[in-house]
This record gives sequence, structure tokens and C-alpha cells, in this order.
Amino acid sequence: MKQIRNLLIVLAASLILSGPLSAADIGPELKINRSKGDQCVEPAEVMRRDHMEFLLHKRDETMHKGIRTEKYSLKECINCHANKDEQGDYIPVNAPGEFCQSCHTYTSVKLDCFECHATKPRETAFHPIVTDRMNAYREQHEAPPSKTLLDSIARQGGEQ
Amino acid sequence: MNKQPKVITGRREFIGKSAAATGGAIAIASGVTLFQVGQASARPADESVSNKVRWGMLVDSNKCADGCNDCVTACETENAWGSGSSDEQQSGASQKAQWIRTVTLKNNLTGSEHQLPMMCQHCEEPPCVDVCPTGASFKRADGIVLVDKHICIGCRYCMMACPYKARSFIHEELTNQNPDVPRGKGTVESCTMCVHKIDRGDGNTACAEACSKAGHNAIIFGDLNDPESNLSKELKQQASTQIRADLNLNTGVRYRGI
Amino acid sequence: MKPAIHYSTVEGRSLAYWGLLGFLSFVLLLGLGATWVMEHNGHHVTGMNNHVIWGMPHVFAVFMIIAASGILNVASIGSVFGRKMYKPLGRLSALLAFAFLAGGLMVLMLDLGRPDRLVIAATYLNPKSVFAWNILLYPGFFLAVLVYVWFMMERRMNKYSHQAGLFAFIWRLLLTTGTGSIFGFIVARQGYDAAIMAPMFIIMSFGFGLAIYILTLMAAYRWTGRELGDSVLRTLKNLLGVFVAAIFYFVFVFHLTSLYGTENHGIERFILMEGGIYTQMFWIGWVIIGMLLPMAIVYHPSMGKSRNWIGIASAMVIVGGLASMYVIIIGGQAYPMPIFPGYEASSSFLDGQVAQYAPSIWEIGLGLGGVALALVMTTFAIKVLPFLPNSLEDALVDPHHKPAPVEAEATAG
Repeated sequence: MKQIRNLLIVLAASLILSGPLSAADIGPELKINRSKGDQCVEPAEVMRRDHMEFLLHKRDETMHKGIRTEKYSLKECINCHANKDEQGDYIPVNAPGEFCQSCHTYTSVKLDCFECHATKPRETAFHPIVTDRMNAYREQHEAPPSKTLLDSIARQGGEQ
Repeated sequence: MNKQPKVITGRREFIGKSAAATGGAIAIASGVTLFQVGQASARPADESVSNKVRWGMLVDSNKCADGCNDCVTACETENAWGSGSSDEQQSGASQKAQWIRTVTLKNNLTGSEHQLPMMCQHCEEPPCVDVCPTGASFKRADGIVLVDKHICIGCRYCMMACPYKARSFIHEELTNQNPDVPRGKGTVESCTMCVHKIDRGDGNTACAEACSKAGHNAIIFGDLNDPESNLSKELKQQASTQIRADLNLNTGVRYRGI
Repeated sequence: MKPAIHYSTVEGRSLAYWGLLGFLSFVLLLGLGATWVMEHNGHHVTGMNNHVIWGMPHVFAVFMIIAASGILNVASIGSVFGRKMYKPLGRLSALLAFAFLAGGLMVLMLDLGRPDRLVIAATYLNPKSVFAWNILLYPGFFLAVLVYVWFMMERRMNKYSHQAGLFAFIWRLLLTTGTGSIFGFIVARQGYDAAIMAPMFIIMSFGFGLAIYILTLMAAYRWTGRELGDSVLRTLKNLLGVFVAAIFYFVFVFHLTSLYGTENHGIERFILMEGGIYTQMFWIGWVIIGMLLPMAIVYHPSMGKSRNWIGIASAMVIVGGLASMYVIIIGGQAYPMPIFPGYEASSSFLDGQVAQYAPSIWEIGLGLGGVALALVMTTFAIKVLPFLPNSLEDALVDPHHKPAPVEAEATAG
């Protein structure tokens, strides 16, 4: 009898205590970059549990339907969550201790995304010189200047 | 603490942002004119692609300049492969990916030579889509043939089946991908017709842009379903063919001067 | 009435048995190690590239898969076609077929660029892809063989073994047709794109499978000290001769037809004359060693009666089989596709040029690992369950056996 009573007490205690312990309280300290904003697209508890569902749904929309809106886009996640080191370069999000990797190491779930997806945001090399060439190019070719064409122009560093 | 770097960044950011704003404003303004030329590129971001549009290209081999590789270089830069990437250092020369290549053709009878760029032909009836076990190789509603690398198992059957040898397999781990162009070890890839640029509304592929920039205009990209597009008008004016036309794949990329 | 055939497990306690099992397990382990190297580093460590996409692993895998289908033939001839002499051979045939399919599939699946995505391969199925059909056909084959061997072993189910055998027979015809069509359906390459590839693969499966069966049977009986009568061997080797002759016919027709069309002169010249390793593999490996010599041995008046020579002929057929896979699979990829007929093409992507391929140790290791898996499974299974008849002596199995007059009184019933 006493054993059953003790068992029931332990069970009740764990049920009661598990209530306030939401997903947000468990897990490692995350390095969150607050410079891009204070709020993720969903609350933290929702994200912890369901981020894969959002990503899986979004990837099919993007892949097959060409829908590239920002919410739930993996690229946007990285744009926000990637941290920079002392030199000002981006650190890959799957590096040890970085945003994605710290939780995934804690939960022992292998990250598959970054086999293919870039782990760092891409900096756009906006150069003052580019603006003039950009205008000239556009006038010449009646085409809208693309973001990455500018990159390649900038990278070529002054060639025409 | 040294405040110097922060100030310079701040200035750059300011100029950058105003350049962006100016550029953006001009782009919007020119977008009004462009609307008539390339209205298909004005698809709202949350709208699904449809088969009202069929993206295609015309490659005029007569205009392709001997020895020119600008289209290849532009593709490499845009999509971060080959010389546009620091990855794939361990792969042998025949293992490195190649999305587009210039092929030099020497006529067996006359000996005369000319060259043309070859990439994924974005067939209407792609053999690569037929053979893919998981459906990772698929044709999007607007005609672009893609590899869904989320479900690609790397069996390489599509590479066997492609009559144009358009596909490449990634033989080692990659770390320097373009965020717009995911690529990874153990999966297959090929020319995406710059789908990320098209979806963004750029209205053109990197190779075609580079060819125009170089002044050759050998590659014209556009909407095959739009009779008013530059591409459609060009195709109407002069004869063009498909490579390996006997296979009847109804390719999206057409050629002149083969 | 003939005495019944009794089956029993192999004792499997000798040093030789454990040594064999240990050696095979070691090779299997090496194969798995090779897989790890390939998967961890990426395929750049292999000899495969963007032009020769499938290499040694596929040579081994496709060989084993089609051989597995043909191995089951022996059981089919007993259950489906009612040939009494083959009936006792059925259990081993089913076991070996199962084992070789397992080995072949292991190699195929471990060579994938993303072998961790097997669940995706099993759940996302493109109805038009032969590979997707195979996702259903291969497990179906396993199931069919399991049921078949159960019916053969369970006395109460013996009366249904004909139906189970028929089902398995039809299933594996579909399976091997599918395997041949993997190549036959490819319009892009001149070395494939032929309807004859499906039936050619079926007849090759008969030959390769039977050769493997004969060798396994001879080894199992010699090493366990059980009697293997001459009539069984004679029947099997004659059948082998017929199958090899049929393979020869199909190869002949395939190349004759291909040669007739001018557009194919390039690929035929490549395979038959100027292809270096591929030409050697074709003539020496496949035609001479794989077909002509075995036929000569099998039909030779005295060699055809010698066990050693029968074993050698079977081994030659197996060597020829591997050579044929090399020529078909790798040779078919090495030769450039006819993208621009009438032109000599060149590019940075080997257009118009013969692609180079040299197998790496990892690929060979993986292939041998698959063979080891098949043999480990077989070696272990015959110790656990009664697959082998106690004796296959002529008096027991040969329906036409005429005992010598002296014995007539002794064998009364």
C-alpha cells in the first residue's frame, strides 16, 4: 500500500511539474542574434517543436510551385540567425556552438539541410561605383539589374 | 574600443542602402516599361507557377564567338560551381560538375568549325524525369526541369538517361554554396535555367545576360508561350532546331546554325 | 517405389566451416568499410565520374541480381515444369536465389549517393521509373521465395509448391525483364536502347544462375561429404550448355542487328575492335571464356563427364558473366553519345570523346562484400535449416536410373 501511495505521489508530482516546464525551458543556451529583430516568425516553443514541419512544407512549395516568400524560408532563417565572428565574417550555422548546431547536438538529431544549403548568408557587395555602371548597363540592355549580376560586376572589379 | 571600423561600415551601409533605394526606384520605374517586354516575370511572390508560361531559350551558334566562354563563366559565378566556387577541390577533372559547356563542332565533310553552348535542354518530355525512382527529377509547371535534392537519392539513373549529358553528380562535400542555389554531396544537379533569378523577376538567365553583355547576343531567353516575347518573335522569324530532334523531346532550348 | 529424399542440416562444427564463415564475414566487413569510405568522403574516391556514372559496384550488383533470378530456375524446373530430378534441388536453389539478390541489392543500395535516404526511395515512387518498379519487385521476390521455400519444406504445404513455384517463376521473369529494361529503355545511348536487352538479360540470368548453382552444389556436397550423383551433375551441365548456347545466340543477334545500321558503326567498332579493355573483355572474357570454352567443355565426350571440368566450365561462365556486365554497363557509358551526328565534337565535358574509367579498390571491395554477404547467408542457412538433401546419388534422384542387375534384388521397394 505504502509503495503504491509513494508511486502515485511521484507520478502526480511529475505531471504537475511538467506543466510549467514548457519546451522553451529545456535545451542549451542558444546564441541568438538580436540585431535583426526581436521575434522569430513563430514563438520559440512553437519553433522548437514544429520548425521541421514548417520547413518541409515550405520546401515543397518553393521547389514545385516556385513560391519564395520569406516566412519559413530556410534562407531567411539563416539570414537572421547566422552570427558573425570578431573579424566580421559570418560563421556557418552548423558550426559547433552556433544556432542550429547547438540544439541539434543536444537532441542528437543529424542536420541534413546543410549538405546542400548554404550555411552563411550571402553578402551583397554594394559598391558606390556599381551604381553608375548599373544604370549604364540597364540603359544599354533594357534589362532590370539583377542582384547577383551586380555581384559579378563588382567581383570583376571594374571590367566592362 | 576602436570605433573606426563601425563608422566606415555605417557609411558604406548608408550609401549602399541609398543606392539600393535609387536602384530599386529606377527598377520599379523601368519595370513599367519592362512590363510590356517581359510581363511574365511579374509573378507575385506567393503565387504558384503555372503552365501559362513556358521558359525557353534560343541559342544562335552563328553568333557564338569562337573561344568565348562568357556564358560558362557567368553560370559558374551565379550558381557557385566550377571556377565560381572554392569547392570540389578533391574531385578529379571528370568528376567536377559542369552545368553548361561550350562544344566545338568540326564538320566531318567540310572541316569547318563552329561552337555553341550546351546545357540542360529543359525538354517537355524529359527522359530524366521518366527514370527517376523518387520523382526528384521533375518538370515544373513553367517548363523548367529541376532536381529536388531533398528527395534525390543519388542513384544517377537520370544521368544515364539524359541524351545531352546535362547532369552532374557531386562527388564530395560542399561548403560554399550560393544561398539561392543549394547543391550537395551525393545528389545530382544540372542547369536550372537560373530558376532563382526567374522567380525573383529578373527575367533573364546569367548565361544570356553575359552573352548580351559581351555583345554577341547568341542566347535569348524568354517565354515560349508568349507570342510577344523576344524569344517567340525570333523563333518565328528564322528556322531553328532541337539537338537530337529525332528523340522528339520538344526541348525548351532551341538552336540555330547547328 | 523410390526411397524418399531426406534433408538435413549441415553439421557445421568443423574448423573448416568456421574458417569459411569467418573468411566470408571478413570480406563482408571489408565491403562495409569500403562503403563507409565512399559515403563519408563522397564518390570522388571512386573511379566513377560524370561520364562513367555506374562502375564496378553496378557490374557486381547487376550480375548478382540477374544471377539470383536464374538460380531460382532450378527450383522452377522441378516445381513448375515437373522434372522429378530437379525437385530435391529446389530448396538450395531458393536459398541461393534469396542470398544473391540480397547481396546484389546491398551493393546497389550502398553505392547510392545518399544511401541514408532509402526510406525516401521506398516511399516516394515515380510510377514511370523502372527503379521504382524494382522497389516493389525485389521485396516481392524475397517474399515469393520465402513462401516458396516454406511450401517446399513444410510437408502439409508441399501440394501447393507448384503454385508457389509458378508465382515465383512469373515474378522473376518480370523482375529480370525490369533489370534488362533499365538499360533497354534508355534512348540516349547507342549501347542500350534495344528491346532485346530484356530477354537477353533473362537468358543470361539462366546461364549465370545455373553456373553459380552448380558450383555451390558441388562445393557443398564435397565439403560435407555427401554424395552427389553423376546424373544430377550431367543434367545440370547439359542444361548449362543449352543456356550458354542461347546466350550466344542473343549476343549474336544483338550485335548483328546493331552492326546492320550505319548509325551504330561507331559503337560497334568501339566494342568489337577499338575499345581497348572493352574489346578484350568482350572477346576474351565474354565470348571465349564465358561462352565458347564452357560449351566446348560441356559437350566434350570426356571432359563433360569430369566433375573438375564441369566446375571449371561453371566458373568460366561466371567470369564471362562479369565480363559481359563490364562491357554492357561500362562500355555502354564510355562511348560518347551521338549528340551531333556528322560532326566531330569536343568540349570541356568530354563530348565526342571516349570516357576513361579505372575501378577503385573501394568499388571492388563493395562488390566483393556483396558476394560475401550472399555466401555468408547461404553457408549459415544450411547449418540452421535442412536445405540440402542427405544424398543426391543416382539411385535416389534419377527417374531413369537402372540399377545394376546384382542390386535388383536388394532394392525391393
